[in-house]
Amino acid sequence: MIEIRDVKKLYSGMATPALAGVSLEIERGEFVFLVGPSGAGKSTLIKLIFCEQKPSSGSVYFWGKNTSSFKEAELLKHRRRMGMVFQDFRLLKQKTVFENVAFALEVVGKSPKVIREKVPAALEKVGLAGKEKSFPMELSGGEQQRVGIARAIVKDPLIILADEPTGNLDRDNSRQLMDLFARINEGGTTVIIATHAYDVVDRMKKRVVALEAGQLIRDEQRGSYDDEY
Amino acid sequence: MNINSLKYSFRQSLVSLSRNFWLAVVTAVMIAISLAILGGFLLLAVNVGQSIRIIESNVEINAFLYDDADVEAIQAKLDNLQGVQGYTFVSKDQGLVDFGQAIGDTILLSGLEGDNNPLPDLIRVQVEQAETVPELARVIQGYPGVELADYGEELVGMLIRITRWLNALFLGASVLLALGAVFLIVTIIRLSVMARQEEIGIMKYLGASNWFIRFPFLLEGTLMGWFGTMIATVSLGLIYYRVVASLQRESLAFFLQPVTDAERLFPIFAGLLVLGTLMGCIGSYLSVRKYLRV
Repeated sequence: MIEIRDVKKLYSGMATPALAGVSLEIERGEFVFLVGPSGAGKSTLIKLIFCEQKPSSGSVYFWGKNTSSFKEAELLKHRRRMGMVFQDFRLLKQKTVFENVAFALEVVGKSPKVIREKVPAALEKVGLAGKEKSFPMELSGGEQQRVGIARAIVKDPLIILADEPTGNLDRDNSRQLMDLFARINEGGTTVIIATHAYDVVDRMKKRVVALEAGQLIRDEQRGSYDDEY
Repeated sequence: MNINSLKYSFRQSLVSLSRNFWLAVVTAVMIAISLAILGGFLLLAVNVGQSIRIIESNVEINAFLYDDADVEAIQAKLDNLQGVQGYTFVSKDQGLVDFGQAIGDTILLSGLEGDNNPLPDLIRVQVEQAETVPELARVIQGYPGVELADYGEELVGMLIRITRWLNALFLGASVLLALGAVFLIVTIIRLSVMARQEEIGIMKYLGASNWFIRFPFLLEGTLMGWFGTMIATVSLGLIYYRVVASLQRESLAFFLQPVTDAERLFPIFAGLLVLGTLMGCIGSYLSVRKYLRV
C-alpha cells in the first residue's frame, strides 16, 4: 500500500539529512514499529507518509501513486484516510471529550447525526464510555491519549500514524495503549508507530523497522527493539 | 463545502466575534462612520445635481438691450429662433416698477423715473430645453442692439465648483476612513487567527481543507463589515428622512427640492451595503492570506 523508494530528506539549515536514502514497503493491515534513537528519522518518515513533508529526493507511493504529484484535493483525501496520534495528545482544552472526538468529523463536514452515532462508538472502543462530558484536564495522561486515539479512529481511517504515542505515559498505560492499537489493527487498520518504548515493542512481536542517523538499519517481521535482545 | 461545514463556520465566526466583542464593535463603528460619510457625500451629490438641474431648467435668458436697440427687429429674430418658447418685453419703466415691488420699497427709487432710470430695456426669453440655454444665449448675444444675454451662468458655475470641492473632500475622507477600517479588520482577524493557532494545527492533521479553515475567519470579517454597514445605512436613512421632513415643514423644500424618489436613493443605500460588506471581506482575506499558514 505504501512504498517508500530511496527517500532522502534534508531540512533547510541542517547539516545532516533526516533521512539518507530509505526504502520500505508497508502492506495494508500491517502493524509496524519504527524504532531508533532521537533524530534517527522516525518522525520525518511519518510526516512523509502523511504528506506533511515532501522528500528532497526519492518518492513515496501510495497505492502506486507518487504522493509528490498529489493535487490539493488528492492530498486532502489522502490525509483523511489517516488518523494521527501525537505524543502530546493535542487535545483542545476548552472542548469536552465528546467535542474533541466530534471535531475530527466536523472538520470533514459530517452531519450531526453521523457524529452522534460514531463518537460514542469510538469512545466505547477506547474504553472511555461515560467520560464524554469530561474536559481533557480532568483526565489522566493515559485517558487523554485514549481520547486522541478515539479522535484518530472515529473517521474509520485506513492507517493510524502514531508518533511516540506513549512518550508521556508510564509503563502500564503504555502497555494498555499498545494493546488498544493491536485491537484496532485486528480490525484491519494499518498501524504505524514511531516509538522509544523498547519493552512494549519487544512484548508485541510485530514488524520492527529500525532507523539510525537517517538510514534503515534493520527491518524484521516479529522483531524486537534491539537486535541484541 | 457542505451545509454542515457552513453551519460550523457560522458558529465559529460568532464565537470568535463574541470573544473579541469590543474590538469588533469598534471596527464595525469605524466602518459605519466611513460609510456614513461616503453615503452622506453621495446623497449630497445627488441633491446638488438635482438642484442644478432645477435651476438650469428655470433659467430664462435675460437679453439686456442698448437704449437705441431696434426692439421689433430683435423680437422678429426671436420669433424665428429654434428652441425659443416665448419671450416678454420688459421696458425700463416696467423694470423699475418690478424692482420696486421686489424690494418692497418704492420710495427709495423715487427720482429714478424717466430719463434718470438706470435700468436697460429687457427681453426675457423662455426656452424649450434647459440644455440649449448657453447656446441660445450665445446666439442672442450676437444680435445687434443686445448688450448682454445673461442666464445666471455664474450661479450654475459656482454650484458646480462647490460640488466638485465637496466631492473631493468627502471622497478623500471616506477613503481614508475606509482604509482605517480595513486595517482594523486585518488586525482583529489576525488576533482571532492567533487565538486559534492550536486548533488550526489540529484541524490540518484531521484533514480539514484550506477553505474550511479559512472560511470562518472570512465570515467573521464579512459579518463585521456587514454590521457596520447596517449601522451606517440605518442611521443615514433616518437622518436623511428627518432632514427632508424638516425642509418640507419649513417650506424650504420649494427652494431646495430634496431627492425623495426610491429609484435614485435605493442604489445609494444598496451600494453602501455591498461596499461595507466587501470591505469586511477584503480585510479578513488580506489577514488570512498573511497570517494563516495552512
